[in-house]
Amino acid sequence: MPMVLRRCTLSERHAALAPHFDDIAQQSEASHLGMWVFLLTEIMFFGGMFTGYAVYRSVYAVAFAEGSHHLDLVLGSINTVVLISSSLTMVLAVHAAQVGQRQLLVGFLLLTMLLGLVFLGLKTVEYTHKFADHLVPGSGFLYAGPHARQVQLFFSFYFGMTGMHALHMIIGIGLLTVLVWLAWRNRFSPMYYTPIEIVGLYWHFVDIVWIFLFPLLYLIGRH
Amino acid sequence: MNPVVIPRAHYLNVNYGIKAWLFTTDHKRIALLYLASITLLFFVGGAAAVVMRLELLTPQGDLVQSETYNKLFTMHGVIMVWFFLIPSIPAVLGNFLVPLMIGARDLAFPRLNLLSWYIFALGALFTLTAVVTGGVDTGWTFYTPYSSTYANTHVILTVLGVFITGFSSILTGLNFIVTIHTMRVPGLTWSRLPLFIWAHYATSLIMVLGTPVLAIAIVLVALERVFRIGIFDPALGGDPVLFQHLFWFYSHPAVYIMILPAMGVISELIPCFSRKRIFGYNFVAFSSVAIAVLGFFVWGHHMFVSSQSVYASMVFSFMSMLVAIPSAIKVFNWTATLYKGSIAYDTPMLYAFGFIGLFTIGGLTGLFLAALAVDVHVHDTYFVIAHFHYIMVGGAVMGYLGGLHFWWPKITGRMYPEGWGKLAALIIFIGFNLTFFPQFLLGYLGMPRRYHFYPAEFQVLHVMSSAGASILGVGYMIPLVYFIWSLRYGAVAGPNPWGAKGLEWQTSSPPPTDNFAQTPEVKEEAYAYGPQEVHVV
Repeated sequence: MPMVLRRCTLSERHAALAPHFDDIAQQSEASHLGMWVFLLTEIMFFGGMFTGYAVYRSVYAVAFAEGSHHLDLVLGSINTVVLISSSLTMVLAVHAAQVGQRQLLVGFLLLTMLLGLVFLGLKTVEYTHKFADHLVPGSGFLYAGPHARQVQLFFSFYFGMTGMHALHMIIGIGLLTVLVWLAWRNRFSPMYYTPIEIVGLYWHFVDIVWIFLFPLLYLIGRH
Repeated sequence: MNPVVIPRAHYLNVNYGIKAWLFTTDHKRIALLYLASITLLFFVGGAAAVVMRLELLTPQGDLVQSETYNKLFTMHGVIMVWFFLIPSIPAVLGNFLVPLMIGARDLAFPRLNLLSWYIFALGALFTLTAVVTGGVDTGWTFYTPYSSTYANTHVILTVLGVFITGFSSILTGLNFIVTIHTMRVPGLTWSRLPLFIWAHYATSLIMVLGTPVLAIAIVLVALERVFRIGIFDPALGGDPVLFQHLFWFYSHPAVYIMILPAMGVISELIPCFSRKRIFGYNFVAFSSVAIAVLGFFVWGHHMFVSSQSVYASMVFSFMSMLVAIPSAIKVFNWTATLYKGSIAYDTPMLYAFGFIGLFTIGGLTGLFLAALAVDVHVHDTYFVIAHFHYIMVGGAVMGYLGGLHFWWPKITGRMYPEGWGKLAALIIFIGFNLTFFPQFLLGYLGMPRRYHFYPAEFQVLHVMSSAGASILGVGYMIPLVYFIWSLRYGAVAGPNPWGAKGLEWQTSSPPPTDNFAQTPEVKEEAYAYGPQEVHVV
């Protein structure tokens, strides 16, 4: 069997290449696969909540639709657009890294961060309104109507799922901050931009979670 | 023959000091960090079992009262499941051997590997704190609404410990999957991989796909306790059985996290000590993956009496029985490997024999429990306890000990004392059976689990079980003593004391930090024992 020996000489070793890898391609393959496997675990993690949501939504369909009407559709829609745009700027950042344009790379990373922060800001506004309206589950929950308990369950899932999503956004913004710093210090080149690609994968994943959350939470009973 | 000496430089003596260990990224050292931690936790979890067995010597509740007893079995279960069995073979032997067996210099993500140990230690710290400050009494299963609403013990601290340690399991699994995919040496194709690697690959799939679901179930319990939001509380519209679904979606596959790596160990031991190629390599390899996949569709068999729809129960019952097929494939192939082999009865092989017999009993009684009608009769009795101890202790721990003896010369460069090894293996086997076989009878006669007192007619069987447990305890202490003794006084092992195949035996014992002086190349099938090795010698 013809066999390609992967080990290369020391002079060929890239500065970013860890000693236990043979070459940068192997390292990049490992990093990508690692992120994909991590995203699988994330799917299962969110999947548990989606399962719980599905169970209670089917049992308490009327109450969930009722609860959904108390969400701010305008802010939710704006946030959806903001988040999708941030995925676009993330892709453009990866492209800028591929072609080695450092300033463009830093710019798009900053823009992605900014859009992420706008999303979190609008989310905070929404949360504040829910606090003011006594719609936060727990001892402060006040709701008049026959389905009060079930509506509280809806809001438990609303806060649980969007809260977990927001936590992932915050982590993503932290990762982007590191990337901006590294890009600013010129650590990436068309030869090596794996971190940007795998953080991009993560960012898109968090984005996709929202794409499921938005209709499930905001659009029940509006069709 | 060359005189066997310890190599001058190896991973253990490359540098010294507490910092050199706490900041190491060497997979072999991290394996030893895990070994030390889980050994400690094993004896902590074992101590709880000792008190329980002492209490059960008499029908009356005299040594401890029910509250204490509840805390004891919870502590025993939580520690043994999450802080010993789940990490046992993967985090110790897997960590040490996966890179060596595929000819790599380390796992794909060495820093993540170290992080996983710190996460594990932090999780253990949380749980031990809960134990020391008063304990938790929910049982290791944390069933709602008891755990979420009514229990007045340290539930949050304990579940957080389990939640945290789950991430160490996820990171280990992720690291193994990526390493096995991307870092095999030239010539090491998937069909040449050691079966230990196949088993760890399958285990890793469960770790990365199952553990997050346990994590979210735990988060929901914690949120429920803190905010009283009612996800699992029927008084607030929630459904406590939803927790059982989420919990067992992980915790049944978790049984396969424990048993699959042990099966991987046995698949290494049997060919080596019968000097024969494994019988039916492909079947043994794919049966690991089959067990991992099927394992995700059987969780409902824990809920046959929990208001689950009878049609769902029928499907879960059927799927559970299907797991018997890949399990039996392994047992038959191991047995067929022994046929006309040149069998050596060294200590690791004794554990392998123990595994085959005890796992078979554990597996077959699993079929009893998968049968709907029988399960209703023996549900929540000692029959269940006996069944899963035959799998987890008779199976997983036997495999772990067998593997530890087999690779001890590779890990430390020194042999353990063979005579003591055989004696301990025998004592453990006898002690184990005396402890748990009577529990099958107890359960069948109706003794429920989780009680510290019982009707007088059960006493004989309970005394037998407690007597067995003390023998088992002695059996576990012996290897602890002679393994430590061997570090200094054991005979020097040399690179390959068993004449075993596999890349890990081609490097020195203990191996150098980057594992191989030269990257090895694989030119033959796994387990190429047999006639051709005569020419090699």
